[in-house]
Formats: sequence, C-alpha cells, structure tokens
Amino acid sequence: MTTAISASGLVKTFGRTRALDGLDLTVQEGEVLGFLGPNGAGKSTTIRVLLGLIRADAGQASLLGGDPWRDRVALHKRLAYVPGDVTLWRNLSGGEVIDLLGGLHGGVDAARRADLLERFELDPTKKGGQYSKGNRQKVALIAALASDVELLVFDEPTSGLDPLMEEVFRQCVAEERQRGRTILLSSHILSEVEALCDRVNIIRAGKTVETGSLTELRHLTRTTVQAELTGAPTGLENLPGVHDAKTGAATFTGQVDNDHLDGLLKALTAIGVKTLVSRPPTLEELFLRHYEPEGAAR
Amino acid sequence: MNTATAPDAAEKAERKKASKSKNTLKKTSKKTSKFATEPGAQKNSDDGLRVLLKLASHRDRIMLPVWMYALLATVGGTAYSLKKLYPAQADRDKLGASIGTNPSLRALYGPLYDTHTLGALTAWRTLGFGGLLVGIMVVLLITRHTRAEEESGRLELLGSGAVGRNAPLSAALSIAVGACFGIGLLAVVVMLVLGQGIAGALALGGCLFAVGVAFAGTQAIAVQLTETGRAANGIGALILGVAYLLRTVGDAAGNSGGAGWVAWLSPFGWIERVHPWAGNRWWVIGVTLAAGVVAAGIGYRVQNARDLGGGLLPQRPGPPSAGPGLRGVFGLGRRLQQPTLLGWMAGLFVFGIVMGSIAKGIDQLLNENQQAEKIIGRYGGVRGLTDSYLATAISFLGMAAAFYAVQAVLRLRGEETSGRAEPVLSGAAGRLAWAGSHLVFPAIGSALVMAAGGLGTGVGAGWVLGDFWGWVGRMVKAGLITTPALWVIAAAGVALFGLRPKWTSAAYGVFGLTVFIANLGPLVNAGQWLVDLTPFAHIPKVPGGAFHWAPLVWMTLVSVVLTGAGLVGFRRRDVSSD
Repeated sequence: MTTAISASGLVKTFGRTRALDGLDLTVQEGEVLGFLGPNGAGKSTTIRVLLGLIRADAGQASLLGGDPWRDRVALHKRLAYVPGDVTLWRNLSGGEVIDLLGGLHGGVDAARRADLLERFELDPTKKGGQYSKGNRQKVALIAALASDVELLVFDEPTSGLDPLMEEVFRQCVAEERQRGRTILLSSHILSEVEALCDRVNIIRAGKTVETGSLTELRHLTRTTVQAELTGAPTGLENLPGVHDAKTGAATFTGQVDNDHLDGLLKALTAIGVKTLVSRPPTLEELFLRHYEPEGAAR
Repeated sequence: MNTATAPDAAEKAERKKASKSKNTLKKTSKKTSKFATEPGAQKNSDDGLRVLLKLASHRDRIMLPVWMYALLATVGGTAYSLKKLYPAQADRDKLGASIGTNPSLRALYGPLYDTHTLGALTAWRTLGFGGLLVGIMVVLLITRHTRAEEESGRLELLGSGAVGRNAPLSAALSIAVGACFGIGLLAVVVMLVLGQGIAGALALGGCLFAVGVAFAGTQAIAVQLTETGRAANGIGALILGVAYLLRTVGDAAGNSGGAGWVAWLSPFGWIERVHPWAGNRWWVIGVTLAAGVVAAGIGYRVQNARDLGGGLLPQRPGPPSAGPGLRGVFGLGRRLQQPTLLGWMAGLFVFGIVMGSIAKGIDQLLNENQQAEKIIGRYGGVRGLTDSYLATAISFLGMAAAFYAVQAVLRLRGEETSGRAEPVLSGAAGRLAWAGSHLVFPAIGSALVMAAGGLGTGVGAGWVLGDFWGWVGRMVKAGLITTPALWVIAAAGVALFGLRPKWTSAAYGVFGLTVFIANLGPLVNAGQWLVDLTPFAHIPKVPGGAFHWAPLVWMTLVSVVLTGAGLVGFRRRDVSSD
C-alpha cells in the first residue's frame, strides 16, 4: 500500500494565532480516513494546505507523490474537493456548476452524473442563488463524486444535508471506496466517521492527538460494564483498572481499562452474576476522552 | 468554509466584533424579553432600528467621513478656484454669456443663472458633479445596508431576532439621509465662511441634501428588485446614469423650447433649477424631497410584499448542463464578466452620442468669449474649441470607464472573499489562469468600452458637424488612446490584490482620487504637479492636439509592471477569505 497523503510537523500561523502546530497526517492509498476535531481545531486549514491554497510555514507535506504547493495544478486534476460551506455563482445553474467544477477535476462521467442527480434529488436547472444550503452542498458533492479522480477530499460535506441525503452520501462514499479511491473525510459527525472510515486522525488545537484504526483506538480505552449480582459487590471499586464505579445493594456499574477487563469479570463471577451488559466505547467517548480534560483546563 | 480558512483568526475577529456590540445586543435582548412577557404585544415592524443604526454607523465610520470630505472639498475648492479664475465682474459676465448661448458648455456644466455672486457661480459649477457624488454615495450606502446584508444571510440572523422587517431599510435610509444632511450642512457652512448670503447657502445645501434623498428613495426600490447587492448597485448606477443623461440633454437644449423639458425628468435637473443666490426657488427642493419620500414609500410597500432574500425580478431556470462556452476557467471568467462589459459599452456609446451631438456651434464662441475657452482649454488643452470640447468629452468618458476597469479587477477579490474562488483554484486551474480569466476584461474590455464611447461621440459629432466617417474615425482613435490611463488605475488594483489583498478596495480610492484631481485640478491654477500625477493628464489631447506615442508607451509599461507585481504576489500568497 502506498501513501496518498503524508504530512508531518505542519505549522501555520495567522497573525498571532497558531492554526496548525506540528500536525501529522497520513492517508494510505485506497483507504477512508476520518479527520476529526472540534470547530477551530485546524481541519480546514490542513485541507487548504494540502490543496495548495495556503502555504504551511513549516513541515513537510506530500500529496499523490507531489508537492501540494508547487505541483498544485497537476495534482488538482487527480483530486476533487468539497468544501463545508459551498457558495455558488448566482447566475450559473447547478448543472453548469457541476460540469464546470467536474471539468476542472479531470472530467465528468456523464452516466454517473445523471445517476447522482437522481439519487440526490437535485434539480440542475435552478440558479445558484435559489438553492438552499443543503442543495448547494449537493451540487459540490455531485461535481466531486462524478469526477474521474483518485482522491476525494471532503471538508464537513454533509453539513446542511437532511438525514436521507446523508444516507445517500454514505452509500456513495462506500461505493467510491470499493472502486479503490482514497478519501479524506473531515467531520465532526462521529456516527458518519464510525460508519465510513477505516482509520481516524483526531486533532486538537492544530496538533494530532490520536491516530489509528477504530479497533486500535478502542483497545486503548475502557469498556463500560453493568451487572446485576447475586451478592453484595464488595471490593470491586478497588480492583486495578476500574473507574467510576457505582455500587448498589446488588448492582455494579463502572468502566474498566480493557487490559483489566479479565480481572473485573473474574471478581464479578466470584460474587455471582444475574445479568451482565458490557459495551465497547463509542467513538463519542473516545473523542470526549481526548477533549474533555484539556478542554476543561482551557 | 469561509470562516475556517483561518479558523482561529477569524473566530477571534468575530469575537472582537461581538464584544464591541455586546452593549447593543444586551439592549435588544431586554426588549425581546419584554415583548415575550406581554401577551398580545405586537412586533413593531421597525423594532431593532436603534441597534441596526448603531451597527451601520460603526461599519461606515471610515467611509462616510471620506465621502463628506470629498463633497466639502468639491464645494470649497470650486468656490475658491472660481474666485481666482474670475476675479472681475466683466469676466463673470462673459462667462455667463457664453454658457447661456452655448449648448455644449451647458451640457457639460449645466445652466448658469446669475454671475453677480461667487455663490451663484459655485452652485452652477458644483451641483452637477457634487450631485452625482451624493447620488453614488447613497446608492452604495442603501445597498450595503439592505440587499447586500440580505444576500449574505446576515440579515436573516438579525431578522430572527428582535428586528422588525422594515428596520434594516429604515436604518439604511436614516444613515443615508443623515449623511446627506451633514453634507448639506457642511456646504452651508463653507459658503457662509466665504461670505456668501445665508439664503443662497441654505438653498445650495438644500440641493445637495434633496438630491441625496431623491436617490435614496429610488434605491430603496432598486434593492427590492434583485437578489444580489451587485445587481442592486447596477440598477442604481443605471438610474443615476439615465438621470444624468436626461439632465445633459435637457441642459444642452436649454430654455429655447425643444427638449429642454427633459431635464425636468431628472433630480439632477431639478436641483439645478433651484437657483441658489439667484432667486432661491425653494419649491423645487420641495419637489425633489417629495420624490424621494414617495419613492421610499414604494420601496417599503414592495418590501412588505416580498419574501426575505427574494427579489421581484423573476429568476428563470438555467440550462441543466454547461454549454461549450462554459468549459474551463476562461469560460467561467467570461460568463461572470461579459454582462458588465456589455452594459458599460452600451452605456458609454449612448452617452457618447449625446455628448457628440451637442458639439455644433461651439466654435462660434472662439472670438466672443475668452473665458469659456479658458476653462474648457484647461481640460482639453488645445485650440479650436470644437476639438477641445470633444477631447474633454472623451476624457469624461475615460474617467467613467476607469470605474469599470477597477470594478472588473476587483471582481477577483470578490470571488476570493466569497469563497467562490476556492473550488476553482482547487481544480486544475492555476492561479495565473484564474486571475488571467478575469483580467482579460479590464485589459481588453477597457479598450472596448472606450472604443464604444468614442464611436458614440463620433457618431453624434459626425451627425451634427458633417464629415461623418472622419469624426467617427477620429473619436474612436481618441477613445482608444485614453485606454492606457485606465490600465494604470486598474493595474494599481491588481498590485493591491496580489500584494496587499486586504487593501484591495483601496483601488476605488485610487480611482476616486484620480478623478477628483483630474476634475478639479485644472480649475485651480496651482498644483500642476498634482494634476500630473494622474494618468489622465498625460493622455494626448485628441482630437486637435498633437499625438505622441511616448506617454502611451510608458503608461502601458507602468501597467504591465504593476500587474506583473500583483500576479507574482498572488501566486505566492495564501488564498484567504478575510
């Protein structure tokens, strides 16, 4: 597997604000990478560096084997990009914009264009000024998805889409992935990332704080355990790796580090288990774990 | 994403803004809660007006003083220079006689009613140009605070708060009328300082105030019609242009019957007929003000009949797919720029015909009146009043067309800040190709606009003077050789765009200053070096004057260097929406 995007130590400052502060990012060819972070973390800035729209102050970046700043025109033929906030020309129809933008990204596949128009239920004869936010988003999505490119870059692409259209978008991304296209999906909608992405890269304040596959990340975290017991839950809260334990007369709720799960289960069965629910961490919990402590300090 | 381009920087700026307007916001929230607790309390359509007024005056804290100063300088500078230029009553009488008998001079500067006071002379010379400046100011102001805000979606944000639906228009009108009042007041003070009578001073101030109110009213309607601020400004410019044209035609015809009544169709014509220091016909000011009030009333009615964000002019559906004309970045540039270019070409052609067709009879003045030759010679700089007049006409058209050139360049920055450039530049369009797709228009379009203006003038002049094709050829050539002056001003805009993008709109300042100096400079004896700073001063005075290649060549070189610097800067800099 070769690397489609690699960036290391990216720094970008705007005035006195440090938007990127040593950011690392790797996307393998053919994978879908979820690029996560709260508002203002630097996701869009990173993407704009990768697109050669802005120049990083320090750090290395390579995109499809080229330099994103120097080789931008050649590279842009091989990728398509959907910004999070699409503004259209008021006097151009949606269909015209799709063809125009698609043409700037390696050409539009006519059959695919027609299919996408139907699936996204978009009227291509409306002019830019008449589209709602969601429909403007669809115009950019169709232009990108119908383009014949290797790499798709989405920056919060489903903002403004209704749940049905979000579902259509997910199907489309899944199809693109099957065709072997590489996708960088910046988002803060965790369910979307969880459903679509092979790996995630979580950033905060311009720095990468976590990267890996969802399974790997889950391994690093805690499992929530709820149990009804036949006896009194004594001593459970003092077991190694157990956190936030709440005990009732014959109940236990708490979290346990995954590498201490075995010890907790043994202790529970020693008391006697009536019912047991154990839940792996959701991406939300992963995410919050990375943001809350430092976020509170902020 | 617009705000995410420099996420933290942008956020910071927003926060700063928010904290500044915190006080005003607090007030609104109090007001809302009061309405919320009173059942049956109806939301007044002007609620939130005070908040909006504060916001608007904060946004205009630089722009408004600049406009007021420009108007003050126009009135004061003109009065001062007229005093120096025509010290004796005999000079003034000659001037009066020549204006009275010569349609071309009347068309350029309007009719002169009385020569016995400096005030009357100043009113004659400033009401045309000053009125036009006030008109442009109110058009920009009203659009900026109504349709442009609505288009950006910011008004929706405010509209969902405790802001009545009429409040934005009321705020815009209040600001515009307030600014015009201030300008009128300044004019009164200046004329009093120069020792002119109070009644005339009040009439002159009243004229500037009233013409502003009239065009504020028409613009209140114009902003209802279209969905974009740009288009609303376009309609405003059209209204101003037609009104100015009607004044020109009517004044050229004079009182001798014929088409003289046409000037009565235009607010510019009205304020000329107030006769400050020469009868002070107050009722004409009343008519002008009333027209503004009626127009604004219509604006309110239309606003209440339409949806937020909607326009009155219907939007037709577009083609479902791009035609062959819209392939690639150059197709896009053409699509965005071409309508404006065609509009300007048509406008200058029509204006040229009018200016050209009043060229007859000007040469009779040659012996009768040295004074008229003196003024017009200062613009044209050559002997032979007909040639001189036509050269002046072309130079006027050139100044107007310079605005087109600047506007066409600034479209680049508009595309960048609106976020529309981003998807194109992240496609297979190089920075130079994208910039080039727009800059072709100020480069070639300026020449086309000037050729159209020259053609119109030539057609008009040839019609009345004979030698039709001879005049057409001469005037088209005169138009074309003015083009390098437009290039210099436009290229300054390109340099700003590439090197100091946040200052790109200063290109309008460069334009304004150039036109201002080129217009008033020749009237003032001193400061030839100042006039020489403007590119217009170096254009050969054609027809009539000697033609030199040298200034055209070096002006073209200056433009190329400035454009090159701007493009190199743009290739190296970040694309940024703020």
